[in-house]
Amino acid sequence: MRPYVILGNGVAAAHCIEGIRSVDKETPVTVVSAEPHPVYCRPLISYYLEGRADPARMHYRPAEFYEKNGCTVLYGKTAAGIDPEKKAVQLDDGSLLPYAALCVATGSAPFVPPIDGLGGVRQKFTFLTLDDAVALKQAATKQSRVLIVGAGLIGLKCAEGLRPLVGEITVCDLADRVLSSILDHDCAARMQARLEQNGVRFLLSDTAVRFEQNSAVMKSGKTVAFDLLVMAVGVRANAALVRDCGGKMDRGILIDNHMRTSLPAVFAAGDCAQGLDASCGQPRVLAILPNAALQGFCAGVNMAGGDRTLDNAIPMNAVGFFGLHALSAGSGCGGEVYEECDERHLKRLYIKDGRLTGFMLIGETARAGIYTALIRDRTPLESLDFEWLKRTPTTTAFPAQARREKFGGAV
Amino acid sequence: MKRIYVNEAWCLGCHLCEYNCAFANSGERDMAFALKGKPLYPRIHIEEGEKICYAVSCRHCTDPLCVKSCIAAALQIKDGVICVDQSRCVGCLTCVLVCPYGALAPNADGVMQKCELCLQNACGAPACVQGCPNQAIVYEERSAAE
Repeated sequence: MRPYVILGNGVAAAHCIEGIRSVDKETPVTVVSAEPHPVYCRPLISYYLEGRADPARMHYRPAEFYEKNGCTVLYGKTAAGIDPEKKAVQLDDGSLLPYAALCVATGSAPFVPPIDGLGGVRQKFTFLTLDDAVALKQAATKQSRVLIVGAGLIGLKCAEGLRPLVGEITVCDLADRVLSSILDHDCAARMQARLEQNGVRFLLSDTAVRFEQNSAVMKSGKTVAFDLLVMAVGVRANAALVRDCGGKMDRGILIDNHMRTSLPAVFAAGDCAQGLDASCGQPRVLAILPNAALQGFCAGVNMAGGDRTLDNAIPMNAVGFFGLHALSAGSGCGGEVYEECDERHLKRLYIKDGRLTGFMLIGETARAGIYTALIRDRTPLESLDFEWLKRTPTTTAFPAQARREKFGGAV
Repeated sequence: MKRIYVNEAWCLGCHLCEYNCAFANSGERDMAFALKGKPLYPRIHIEEGEKICYAVSCRHCTDPLCVKSCIAAALQIKDGVICVDQSRCVGCLTCVLVCPYGALAPNADGVMQKCELCLQNACGAPACVQGCPNQAIVYEERSAAE
């Protein structure tokens, strides 16, 4: 019997297994895992640095998960190619793995630009895997001067996690603000201020153009001396396998609302995939854990012959540094903006064509999910008391019938 | 599975459920000692509109977005009840970001806590239901709403 094959062993893969088993309890599943670990909570690697998580509590699923679900995991293996006609994956050791259906859940890899002199830097790291975090933690000392190139979520969570372990941290980014892909200027400024209050220094609109061993020469001409270098410029979807056998890709592997790629019996899920962002109607890579979970499960169900659709995926980010949280979802989309702003909190709601398309909240984040649901459900705002709802996220703003549906029975 | 439901027509907005919830989950024997002069972090809260009010706690969804979104696998389903393993929670608030009912909130230390139907505490059955003076909150089995 040809097994279902999953390339990758992250969160999307775990949910893919569960999706398969919700339909098909029999057919074996083979998981190809480049990392030598059972599925773990990848976003916790920064909490591991600061000691708020340890590998024993970072397991995403119980120890018996694979066995219970009839899975064989090939640790330390990667796929070298896919033959969609023969329905087989070739592994890096040359062996051939035929599949009944395939899910590509290979995630993403750090993008490290070829900066002059980078090869001569002795202690350089990326920050995407548990092994990366373990190596970084081992290298860090109370005297370490750390330079992090990239002020996105990966770079900044790394900075937060390293802060209690090292002497000084400088973060640089070519963008003029932190978290430029998630937050607007005002929100970013508040998060930056919180990080600065906690001893993280920033060089924005500036980046390293050359390394001279333990010194970075910046675009501005400044130099930054460091002991540890973390390259966190960005990530790229691991999509080459699908591209190389003729599958369609853009910034990630293109998938439809059933997680099907353009290749027969090949599905994709998680950070390597690019599906519909329902908040803006465009295909986007939504590299967030909830999306990996939803896509993985959907792919699994459909691989096993079930019928599941995922058509309401949107960006959703809960980012927090040193106790200051910013919650955001959806997209701006160039519509109207409702804003509240004072020293303590900031709220921006983006409204277009009578629907909420996105929001950002800092400070007051209670019940934010009520706003998120408006975006995911594409709720017409005229159907509820939005004047009330925009000030307070509350289900009382919904009409009585909608409240009955939400609260009157099992959901 | 039995869940908590609220008849909004009967809710008086007295907030007693919030006190009973906080007490039941405090581990203390005396309500005054447990709650007096302390900030309240109940796992149920009253939603108040202009003309209506009702209590909201976790709906224990059959396909819960919070569980799928939890970055620490701290939220787990046990016999249909959505529970939080506080030793795993890192307080990232992703579950607050995704819960469509606004039913989740952290405790004083920023760690998530949630309604677990009082099945694990000394109460053994939902304290909010037992203490509701107008029987607006009930604990019963229902199918999907009509």
